[in-house]
Amino acid sequence: MSDTPARLPRVQFGDWRQYIIYLGFLGVFVLFAVTLGHKGFLDTNNLLNIVRQTAMIAIMAVAMTYVLAAGEIDLSVGAVAGLASVATAMGMDVGGLLFGVLCGLATGLLVGTVNGLLTTRVGIPSFLTTLAMMGVAKGAAMWVSGTKAIPILSSDYAYIFGGGNIGPVPLLLFWMLAIGAAGHIVLRKTTFGRWVLATGGSETAARYSGLKTGSIKFQVLIISSMAAAFAGMLYAGRFQTGRFQLGEGDELSVIAAAVLGGTSLFGGKGTVIGSIMGALMIGLINNGLILAGLEFSQQLIARGGIIILAVAISQNRRT
Amino acid sequence: MDGAGPQLAVRMTGVSKSFGGVHALRDVSLAVRAGEIHALLGGNGAGKSTILKILRGVHAPTSGSIEVLGKTLDAHTTDEAKRAGIAMIFQEMSLVPTLSVAQNIFLNQEIKGPFGFIDDREAVRRARELFKSLDVDVDPHALAGDLGAGQRQLTEIVKAISQNARVLVLDEPSTALSAHDVDRLFAFLRRLKDDGVAIIYVSHRMDEIMRIADRATILRDGRHVITAPLAELTLTSIIQHIVGRDSKGLTGITRTNTRREQVLLELTNVSGAAKPRNLSLQLHAGEVLGIAGLLGSGRSAIARLLFGIDKVVSGEVRVDGEPVTLNSPKDAIALGIALIPEDRLRQGVIIEHTVSDNLALSVFERISSGGWISSRKQSDLASDKIGGLKIKTASPSAPVRTLSGGNQQKVVLGKWLASDPRIIVLDEPTAGIDIGSKSEIIQLIRTLAEQGKGIIVISSELNELLAACDRILVMSDGRLAKEITREALFPAAAAASDESMQQAEHLLQEAIQEVRIHV
Repeated sequence: MSDTPARLPRVQFGDWRQYIIYLGFLGVFVLFAVTLGHKGFLDTNNLLNIVRQTAMIAIMAVAMTYVLAAGEIDLSVGAVAGLASVATAMGMDVGGLLFGVLCGLATGLLVGTVNGLLTTRVGIPSFLTTLAMMGVAKGAAMWVSGTKAIPILSSDYAYIFGGGNIGPVPLLLFWMLAIGAAGHIVLRKTTFGRWVLATGGSETAARYSGLKTGSIKFQVLIISSMAAAFAGMLYAGRFQTGRFQLGEGDELSVIAAAVLGGTSLFGGKGTVIGSIMGALMIGLINNGLILAGLEFSQQLIARGGIIILAVAISQNRRT
Repeated sequence: MDGAGPQLAVRMTGVSKSFGGVHALRDVSLAVRAGEIHALLGGNGAGKSTILKILRGVHAPTSGSIEVLGKTLDAHTTDEAKRAGIAMIFQEMSLVPTLSVAQNIFLNQEIKGPFGFIDDREAVRRARELFKSLDVDVDPHALAGDLGAGQRQLTEIVKAISQNARVLVLDEPSTALSAHDVDRLFAFLRRLKDDGVAIIYVSHRMDEIMRIADRATILRDGRHVITAPLAELTLTSIIQHIVGRDSKGLTGITRTNTRREQVLLELTNVSGAAKPRNLSLQLHAGEVLGIAGLLGSGRSAIARLLFGIDKVVSGEVRVDGEPVTLNSPKDAIALGIALIPEDRLRQGVIIEHTVSDNLALSVFERISSGGWISSRKQSDLASDKIGGLKIKTASPSAPVRTLSGGNQQKVVLGKWLASDPRIIVLDEPTAGIDIGSKSEIIQLIRTLAEQGKGIIVISSELNELLAACDRILVMSDGRLAKEITREALFPAAAAASDESMQQAEHLLQEAIQEVRIHV
């Protein structure tokens, strides 16, 4: 029971698995570079486009890391992004840039609070709460916008939130890096992050250690909705429009990104950097499949297959 | 109360507690000195866990007072008890398996460095220091989930100590530990004791109590029996105090010797992966065989083995003289073996389903044709069993959830009897049910034996074994340590009287404790 040597090999094995996302990323990158190099895969502009397309997924995946690590799930992120894009565009129409930004963020806060209350106070599993919220948010976005796209005329907004570049580098990259760095440090270095990991690792043990696990889960769901709302605002800036379809279906890419990166669906384990890498890898695959000339239908199948394969490898260590 | 010692860590005086008119504790006092290991002893239902829950602030006492280190506790909340310095070690409850040992120890009291960030390196350093000062060998970097049971327990205790616990409560701490780990635990507890920590130690293992405890308090039926230094107690006197004079109403069982010549089940040198080890036994038709032993002695392992849940690693199992293999419950059922499991709510019944559905669960093929269940056959079966077993239920279509514990157990029994087994294994058949249902179930066991079935009863309640069984095997450490016949336990009378029952229980209790000491 007590001999240390018996334990060592497993720890090393676990460590090796943790780097699977980086190896996978590298493998896919090299594969595409060799086979698709002549089609412009390695062009700077193409690579920056991958960043533009995946920054929102990555930002939501940072927050999803917290949700999954706490043993919960949030399926409403894609729909919330769409709703927030509509709220921002309409708010700006009425009260200017700042008011629009406030409307977008308030959307996230509101949805997150409702998700949190239903999950931790009423006791509905977050899977159901957020599944229902997905429909509610999408319906609300369609209703208030009359299913129409709402144009955003402020070029300042478009520049800051998603459309702008500094030199050749898109501002989206900075947003992604800033949020990723903050997310990483909070998860690894603060008591809040530690408590999130403890809650997901064993809620009983966390509670016996005096942690208020309900409140931790509440906060995590708010963070997720806020990140989703922010992603929606970036979509709005990038396309200079608020539209309910923005972010549609993103929840699957976001969860896949986090799981690819090594975050456990069963709670207790999570890495923000891994989630960002996971998002980039999904973006890489999308981009490569398009360059390879696959039709949309074929892309869906190929993407699904690759994600399942990668997740199977990265999750195959449950003990 | 001999609480005259200078430094009392815990002083509970005149504590009573009733749950809806049922008295769980009556006027119980418990005084624990700082720097002593105090054993809390008593049989099942004596009130040990109730008084500990009151000490921890889970329950408020109906009357009585609690003082911890000179401070009166009156809010009766877990927070208050914790702040007063009381910590209970729960097995595998307070460690997060996905965090490291150091992170677990400092969970919710994280050490912070510059910018308020967690300093894990410092936590590892301090954890190592803590382990060193307490002479405990655990790697602070290891994941808690990777630790063995012994190290996990030590880690939990160290965690409690690091949070300034001055009163430690340990409930059956050695159950999951190897002999070597128990030695380390005891050495560790002695060091804590020297540091002035008060330790309340609950266990059924008298040999361990004799080794580690300084004083003991014995409870019986919710009352305080005695508090005395271990030096003044002997195994015999402790057992006498625990058993008392109460037969608990199980003397009224009518019984005849129904054992037949035919051997239904025979094990020869059977070993499982861990337990049992080299077990040989014979079960005759019409016989009730009891299996006694302390927690962890391998009692339930026998049940799992016979039902095909655990693998037989070596040895031979014969049913009706034919060698058989038991690879799954399906094999066991086909051979006519039924298991009534210990944890009936999880393993025995589907609690949200109706009484009738549960009774039919294992025989759906028999009452259906072409995949369609005959509702007439099912209701016949249900009313037959409900009547035969005297199951008290509002109707056959009431969910099992709505029944009392005793009646739920009868549903489990009925479910298995529906498949007409010849060998029935009952694991703790009366755990958590009232005395009336208890004797009904024991009577039912005797009736089944009369019908020629072979029955194995595994139980930690000795009076139940004594009332039901013809022969009792005592297990220790996975081995068959002793076989006791009914004649040896009841030398004088054929029918059990209160007095002979008490004497028999005493003998059996002594046998169980002795085999542990001598193994």
